[in-house]
Amino acid sequence: MTSPIAGGVDCDLHPAIPHLTSLLPYLDDYWRDQVTTRGMTDLISQSYPPNSPISARPDWRPATGKPGSNLAELRAQALDPFGVRFGICNPLFGVQMVFSEDMAVAFARALNDWLVKEWLDKDDRLRGSIVIPLQSVEQSVVEIERCAQDKRFVQVLMLVMGDMPLGKRAYWPIYATAERLGLPIGIHAGSSYHNPPTSVGWGSYHIEDYVAQAQAFQTQLTSLIVEGVFARHPNLKMVMLESGFTWLPPYLWRLHKFWRGIRMETPWVDRAPLEIVRSNIRFSLQPVDAPAEPEVLNRLFDHMQSDELLLFSTDYPHWQFDGDAALPEGLSDDLVKKIMIDNPFATYTRLKEPVAQETMP
Amino acid sequence: MNIQFREQSGAAASAASKTVVTTAIADCDIHPARATATELHPFLAKRWHEHLAIFGKHPYQGMMEGPPYPKAQPNASRRDAYPPEGGPQGSSLSFMQQQHLDPNNVVLGVLNPLGTGQGIRNHELATAICSAINDWQIDKWTSKDSRLKGSIVVANEDGPSAAAEIRKRAGDKNFVQVLLLSRTVEPLGQRRYWPIYEAAEEVGLPVGVHAFGFGGNPITASGWPSFYIEEMVGHSQCQQAVLASLVLEGVFERYPRLKMIMIEAGFGWAPSLSWRLDKNWKRLRDEVPHLKRLPSETIRDHIWWTTQPMEDPERRDHLLELIEWIGWDRLLFATDYPHWDFDEPSRVLPPGISEVNREAFYLNNAVKLYGLA
Repeated sequence: MTSPIAGGVDCDLHPAIPHLTSLLPYLDDYWRDQVTTRGMTDLISQSYPPNSPISARPDWRPATGKPGSNLAELRAQALDPFGVRFGICNPLFGVQMVFSEDMAVAFARALNDWLVKEWLDKDDRLRGSIVIPLQSVEQSVVEIERCAQDKRFVQVLMLVMGDMPLGKRAYWPIYATAERLGLPIGIHAGSSYHNPPTSVGWGSYHIEDYVAQAQAFQTQLTSLIVEGVFARHPNLKMVMLESGFTWLPPYLWRLHKFWRGIRMETPWVDRAPLEIVRSNIRFSLQPVDAPAEPEVLNRLFDHMQSDELLLFSTDYPHWQFDGDAALPEGLSDDLVKKIMIDNPFATYTRLKEPVAQETMP
Repeated sequence: MNIQFREQSGAAASAASKTVVTTAIADCDIHPARATATELHPFLAKRWHEHLAIFGKHPYQGMMEGPPYPKAQPNASRRDAYPPEGGPQGSSLSFMQQQHLDPNNVVLGVLNPLGTGQGIRNHELATAICSAINDWQIDKWTSKDSRLKGSIVVANEDGPSAAAEIRKRAGDKNFVQVLLLSRTVEPLGQRRYWPIYEAAEEVGLPVGVHAFGFGGNPITASGWPSFYIEEMVGHSQCQQAVLASLVLEGVFERYPRLKMIMIEAGFGWAPSLSWRLDKNWKRLRDEVPHLKRLPSETIRDHIWWTTQPMEDPERRDHLLELIEWIGWDRLLFATDYPHWDFDEPSRVLPPGISEVNREAFYLNNAVKLYGLA
């Protein structure tokens, strides 16, 4: 196995909300009353059934409660063993699934406040992603601006499967806000389930949904690139989280070929898709969808033609690797340093900024 | 792609009809078109002529005419491919021979008719049009040029009637495969489509899944995108979902002699998808206990890919490594004639490939798969 080096950044940690009722202290009177009076159940997404093997590594599965819901365990199992300086928390809670804008706004806001109080305040290595109520672009912008005052929020979090392709112009106010505030957009595996998870409808199995996440990332990258998001926002960084990356080279070869053929359809795309990805898009390391042989993986890294694309992640507590083998076999020392330290710090520029203990409004 | 390949008039036309590709090739994706809207009528019951005139095809999409995303070229086809006698590109056998089959030394051309009875909500109409298209392929194409072979087009949303059409054509040497489209109502591994696979296995024909079609589902998991390029690139993501479904539903466990061909959706995604399926199958196999083998092994044994549109890396050696991972014995050369994103036979492979692999790629894999040796 390849040893991690100290001082890195784990870019994909999943602290779990024990239950919807854990948000009650962070909701206003109206929503607290709604949750209790209507007997609302927990917002658990089908994307990650808590008992599914991929939702928690066997040795990371707690005796009771949801995987990832205990700070002491996250320290002992993820932060300490990999010696990271920072760990970025990406809560996966089903606020994106609800259909009411108002409810989504209330829950997203409560979730972000919960993350600050229950996690960020308790370990200075932890950083957060701002969960937004994408059901309302206007309110998403409000929530980003509110949370961004706390420098421990280092990115905006969206899901890869939602209501509309992410390049659509309706979402651009979110991107303008993120770019202005120095926040990358993190796009994580998962679905609002407002559309079927594949272009041929609903598959039969959980494994089918999970495999399909990679295809969803591909269609989203196409949308973001050809709609012109990065022509309008050249300094905006986007990070594909839990996306897999071995699909990237052949995907780009195809996109590039079609872009050359029909670029007249989207004349505002001012750079080749390959160049846009190299300058604006990053990928979390896990999962590594590749054979264990280092030769194949090293060929894949060569196909990517850049050592700046990958950001270290354990995807804790999801089960992507065993033991300490977060870094696949056969990586050079230089590449390990790039993946663990240089690339994350270059992407998440807020990690270098001093954190003043301000209270969010 | 998207360029004028050869002059088609005057002195240049006679030059173009001479063989310029010296290696004999199979073209596993040729699109024959109808010259007129009524060209199918001789093969279609009269009630359907009237029905089509009044109600149209009533497909799983909104447009009465034309595709949801306007193509890059008229009929998505090369501007130099209009036949001199009129009609859309791909509608004239003599011009197809002159422009493509002869100069490119095509010794086997597999016809994949599009815009047929597939993706139509009225399944009875779908069945009638598909059967007519099959008769039309024999009448207009395969009986007139022995290099051309047809595909049994079936009403892909209606398993039993599709199976009946396949059995009706059993043993007919005009046909070398069953043709499905990728954009279906449900993923193609699901049980409603199993009668198709059962019949194909029974009559000993491979099943091709060509990109495109209408199934009512947006091509992304986040709804409908804006642009034609998103649909075109998206066909490869769609095909990945199709293949994942076929594997995970256990189609190849149930039909162990079934062979399938992924047509016009790229092949570059195959290794990564296989690795992802393998990795997650190891974690989640309790959910799919009917699967007895690694998904990658199933794919290696049962799946072929047509080449066009070839992925086009900056470094050609990367393409060769990718093909090594898939297997030189699994690719079937295709041009997509007369469509605009035609791959030029003489230009798709870089030098330095062994003669055996080159011949497998251009011809031998197809001859073997289609049982024409």
